Amino acid sequence: MAVSPKIDVGDNYKEQYGFFDPEKYVFKAKRGLSADVVKEISWMKNEPEWMTKFRLRALQIFEKKEMPTWGADLSKIDFQNIYYYLKSTEKQGKTWEDVPADIKRTFDRLGVPQAERKFLAGVAAQYESEVVYHSLHKELAAKGVIFVDTDSALKQYPDLFKQYFGTIIPPADNKLAALNSAVWSGGSFIYVPKGVKVEIPLQAYFRINAENMGQFERTLIICDEDSFVHYIEGCTAPIYTTDSLHSAVVEIVVKRGARCRYTTVQNWSTNVFNLVTKRAAAYGDATMEWVDGNLGSQITMKYPSIYLMEPGAKGDVLSVAFAGKGQHQDAGGKAVHVAPNTSSNIVSKSISKAGGRTSYRGLIKIYPGAKNSKSFVRCDALLLDEQSRSDTYPTTEVDEEQVKIGHEATVSKVSDEQLFYLQSRGITRAEAETMIVNGFIEPFTKELPIEYAVELNRLIQLEMIGSVG
Amino acid sequence: MADFEIRDLRVTVEGREILKGISLDVNKGEVHAVMGPNGSGKSTLSHTLMGHPNYTVTSGEVIFKGKNLLALPTEQRAKLGVFLALQYPVVVPGISMSNFLRTAINAKRGYDGKDKSKAISPKEFLALLKNEMSVLRMDDSFLSRYVNEGFSGGEKKRAEILQMAVLKPEIAILDETDSGLDIDSIKFVSNAVNRMRGPELGVLIITHYTRILQFIKPDRVHVLVDGQFVLSGGPEVADRLEAKGYSEWVGKKEPAVIQEAR
Repeated sequence: MAVSPKIDVGDNYKEQYGFFDPEKYVFKAKRGLSADVVKEISWMKNEPEWMTKFRLRALQIFEKKEMPTWGADLSKIDFQNIYYYLKSTEKQGKTWEDVPADIKRTFDRLGVPQAERKFLAGVAAQYESEVVYHSLHKELAAKGVIFVDTDSALKQYPDLFKQYFGTIIPPADNKLAALNSAVWSGGSFIYVPKGVKVEIPLQAYFRINAENMGQFERTLIICDEDSFVHYIEGCTAPIYTTDSLHSAVVEIVVKRGARCRYTTVQNWSTNVFNLVTKRAAAYGDATMEWVDGNLGSQITMKYPSIYLMEPGAKGDVLSVAFAGKGQHQDAGGKAVHVAPNTSSNIVSKSISKAGGRTSYRGLIKIYPGAKNSKSFVRCDALLLDEQSRSDTYPTTEVDEEQVKIGHEATVSKVSDEQLFYLQSRGITRAEAETMIVNGFIEPFTKELPIEYAVELNRLIQLEMIGSVG
Repeated sequence: MADFEIRDLRVTVEGREILKGISLDVNKGEVHAVMGPNGSGKSTLSHTLMGHPNYTVTSGEVIFKGKNLLALPTEQRAKLGVFLALQYPVVVPGISMSNFLRTAINAKRGYDGKDKSKAISPKEFLALLKNEMSVLRMDDSFLSRYVNEGFSGGEKKRAEILQMAVLKPEIAILDETDSGLDIDSIKFVSNAVNRMRGPELGVLIITHYTRILQFIKPDRVHVLVDGQFVLSGGPEVADRLEAKGYSEWVGKKEPAVIQEAR
């Protein structure tokens, strides 16, 4: 009797084939980008057909569009050497207890503030490309506030999602927005109903985990009429040896009378290309505020924008960029005045040290008929040494006469007099420089919740010590 | 040997000699006034003693606690117990006075961000400030303001004296502290300094005018003209200057001669 040999790949697979997967990825896409990869991502996520089509259309746009060459040097990005989707756990944890221990450890190392546990209403912490932990405070849920990861939003709130997704930043907006639209994963989805004011900031933490892995989160915030929300994202990332890409898209709709504040304090590791498209549409008497702090990364290109769509809309952009050795922070803000009686205020502060480069790049556009609009731009650059560099590229397009436009720019150095004064009080030179830098960005820091302010000051201190040592 | 000895100090600024060999002994418990016309080298003296980078010492030494002060970086001089109240206090935007004062106090106590036991406690800090601020007639709002930003002339000088009060130096140099002050501010500042006078503090008041010396009585007065001391004596020297001014020395072709006042 012939017995067919039994082949067992289940029991001894690891020993026999040396298979080892310390990263515990449930699914790991191939490196590189193609229609198949995009379809696979959509299939893995079990998405509706319209989203699969949306992604594929975005991919085509991405392939057609040229890389932007007007800003920082992006020639080093190799799109075929990047993983476009990774999923680290199969299910989302509903409570903190359900979150896997190794992931908790990662957050511990990141120093995710205790504040999270103290006041947090809802948490969406993104580990690699998938949101792994998410909880929503009962109080908020009772008010009808939705705060979920974007993938869940697509499934749980399909109509609301489809109504707004991709309307503020269509895939054709720019090459990187197209890329994000094709391969997006994770991010936050927030809906605040009419008249609801969310008193405590909603927070999320993002990081890039694996080498050569892209992170393409997609955030969509809708503030219904007369509502308020403050959303905070903070990022840190470990050091890697090869380049990494972070390319997010953030879309925000601020309806009549509502106010939205979006705060970012990020500290990507210095090999990351951080290319983010952020845009908000503010309607009648609505207020949009971007508070954007950029430390870290190799190259950042980010210009939070506000479209002032109806009379009385107001927009603020407050940003800080810190560029150290080998870094280029190309950041700024855009305000587009479509309606009369709209106002915008852009304040940009940059610090360059050890050969780092910061650029302010901004646009103020005022359409015909946007009478009595006001816009003020202020950029202050602080150079810490002779090797460092700062440039300003402001663009102003005004097609209406009855407007008020202001622009101020300063470039300064840490003065000998300030250093001498502080040192004459027993403060070391390094500490004095840190104080001066922290003082310089104080108009930004004071807008942050206290634990973020402390963290930012500490990051600056670490950066400054690096410059001395 | 004096507690604080300046020996044959010569200093150049941008290649030009400003201090041409001056010597001065200051003991703790004494108040000395250095008086001189504009351009005589008064500010050069104060800045050099504190180690400002624009002033080049070509010869001489300053001995304090067995060390040559001139060989130490500025912050070490401060930690050793030397304090300079600046004529033109510097604005440091974005740094609150309370942050600045606490950082300075902690630096003096040797706190480097690690050993928390060395740092001043918030309670101790507030108690210390409250007391000194009442003497200087400064209200609490002052603590949250940025260092010297938008301060009036009087506020700046009072803030300098407040720093002196909380840092408790052994040698304090007051550079033109009376300039730009109204009479009330001079009184508050003088009261605060007089309160600090005692066996543990030596003071060097640098001034053009005799006005502040009516409130802070000096033990010795030294007249600085063209980078050299031309006259040293007791408080009566100030009276002589009040009456005659500096004209008897200024513009003389011959080198000035040190004379002891009678």
